[in-house]
Amino acid sequence: MAEVKLMKGNEVIAETAIRCGCDGYFGYPITPQSEVMETLMLRKPWEETGMVVLQAESELAAINMVYGGASCGKKVMTSSSSPGISLKQEGITYIAGAELPCLVVDVMRGGPGLGTIQPSQSDYFQATKGGGHGDYHLIVLAPASVQEMSDFVVLGFELAFKYRNPAMILADGVIGQMMEKVVLPDYTPRWTDEEIEKISGSWALTGKKKRERHVITSLELEAHRQEVFNEKLQRKYREIEANEVRYEALYCEDADYILVAYGSTARICQKSIQLAREAGIKVGLLRPITLYPFPYQPIAGLCSQVKGFMSVEMSAGQMVEDVRLAVDGKVKVDFYGRMGGVVPTPEEIVEALKTKFMI
Amino acid sequence: MAKFKGAIVVDIEHCKGCSLCVVACPTHVIDLNPDVNGKGYHYAYMKNPDACIGCASCGLVCPDSVISVYKKAVE
Amino acid sequence: MELTDIIKEENLVLKKSSLLTDNIMHYCPGCTHGVVHKLIAEVIEELNIQDQAIGVSPVGCSVFAYNYIDIDWAEAAHGRAPAVATAISRLHPEKYVFTYQGDGDLASIGCAEIMHACNRGENIVVVFINNAIYGMTGGQMAPTTLLGQVTATTPYGRDAKLNGFPMKITELLAQLDGTCYVTRQSADTPGAVRKTKNAIRKAFQNTRLQKGLSFVEVVGTCNSGWKMSPVDANKWMHEHMFAKYPLGDIKDI
Repeated sequence: MAEVKLMKGNEVIAETAIRCGCDGYFGYPITPQSEVMETLMLRKPWEETGMVVLQAESELAAINMVYGGASCGKKVMTSSSSPGISLKQEGITYIAGAELPCLVVDVMRGGPGLGTIQPSQSDYFQATKGGGHGDYHLIVLAPASVQEMSDFVVLGFELAFKYRNPAMILADGVIGQMMEKVVLPDYTPRWTDEEIEKISGSWALTGKKKRERHVITSLELEAHRQEVFNEKLQRKYREIEANEVRYEALYCEDADYILVAYGSTARICQKSIQLAREAGIKVGLLRPITLYPFPYQPIAGLCSQVKGFMSVEMSAGQMVEDVRLAVDGKVKVDFYGRMGGVVPTPEEIVEALKTKFMI
Repeated sequence: MAKFKGAIVVDIEHCKGCSLCVVACPTHVIDLNPDVNGKGYHYAYMKNPDACIGCASCGLVCPDSVISVYKKAVE
Repeated sequence: MELTDIIKEENLVLKKSSLLTDNIMHYCPGCTHGVVHKLIAEVIEELNIQDQAIGVSPVGCSVFAYNYIDIDWAEAAHGRAPAVATAISRLHPEKYVFTYQGDGDLASIGCAEIMHACNRGENIVVVFINNAIYGMTGGQMAPTTLLGQVTATTPYGRDAKLNGFPMKITELLAQLDGTCYVTRQSADTPGAVRKTKNAIRKAFQNTRLQKGLSFVEVVGTCNSGWKMSPVDANKWMHEHMFAKYPLGDIKDI
């Protein structure tokens, strides 16, 4: 039965993983997302659903465990925060290169380097542009509520298996740490061997029976064959771009200015919109839910009716580059951001909008 | 004690002529052929077939599994 | 007796394992990898576990192990094979999961992964080829390169002050409680090949018994990297490698 609870975003990731039939979680502690593995260890899902939970010796090991589990056609995941995700990039590009489905959760903190443990959105580039080497993309989902932390675990696995591609939940420390009401999904049993055979039987490592051997690899030494594979990946990304764009548009119908923001920043922007409208400025919000694929078309479609877009981020300005690409010079695009773990207030966002667009 | 006669068959085209079988053979049956295979390797062959006892030492050390070994008891 | 009387199906005593594919191995003539691949194939065939064996190949010369043994394989990032195998084994506890790794992969870049897989006692087999050099990248120093040994990155010989000491990783791993069987073998003589095969068989049987991690080091040659003939490389291995890396079981519980 669906259950309503008050929970932390990080806890919800763990709880939903158990409920949606996840086969394995492999992680390494890092603030501000350690509650994910702590919750799993406390819940002991191996006794309940048979889900494997393992604390790895490093982020490198954890992501390569995900590679191993995903190679078997199992629903496996990991979670980490920015510096840990940087470490995982090696494994992530191998997973993308071997076309394996999995879920990676990044609860972002400030950087660069060890940075800070406070919330940030400065992993946008590494999440959406392929943080590791080679031409690849993750499917990137940006939750703006604890509810979406739950929903996107389910959706992330669904998309990962639909496209045989790693999916990422790109959350920030605010969403990971805050408590909200959440409707948890019903329990879905883990896939049986027969179901895995049906879903991933053409490639998964299940033991060579009466078939050709399966090999999970991202290696091809012959340049032209590798290019053919690269082209195949690119076709997949075009398909994802055509089919999987998700976004939310609030108060855009009559807006003169559009704030573009994702995650917790989008929540703050909702308050900014209210303040701005009270002051007579018609502001709307476009919240990308998928950061890859990015909602270029919906943003482009608003250009004819608005005076400008302002990307609001907890970064030095990363997503704003995609907003500029979407707007393509038709109207003004500007940016407001805070860094280092500082969360912007609704008031300062409105002030920034006034300063940048109305003076 | 029964005596044995042996023989080997070399998959010539897959032999890389590494000589490990030549030195492993206790009865000096094997040598590299002065001829070469399609890859240009001097391949292993029975230079002295009468001495083969079918012990399979050559096959055991062969990295490319190109040697089949046969062994028959002599009356 | 004519040869044709001997070369008959009923007299066949040794042939290529049916688990070895028809692909010609890319290894140099005389390479130890070929012998060990063969032994793994034979053991899997003899234990009749082809449908339950999953291999994890490394980065290095044996990256293409999956082209030669006809079972399911995952190819791991450099050094990460034990982590990949950990997950496969945990999610498929009934399967026979093994990694196949060289000295650079296992004892250098993958030191953490092998340590912790051993320490957790993952129910897997690790086959470790120690030829004291990086083969695929052109013969650079490995952690196991001997003092004084000339490689592409120790052109004047390995100097302890500059490069540190040859690492006896196998002895280190034997200290960890998660390992049940740790052995060092070679594959140069018929007797040594038999012993190595027995060790690999025992390792897979340990998996069946859920005993923990079995670790089989095979001291081998890289004659191209060492710049010797295959036969001379074996001699050099006897004269130099076995003194530092003595053969035999280190742990068997």
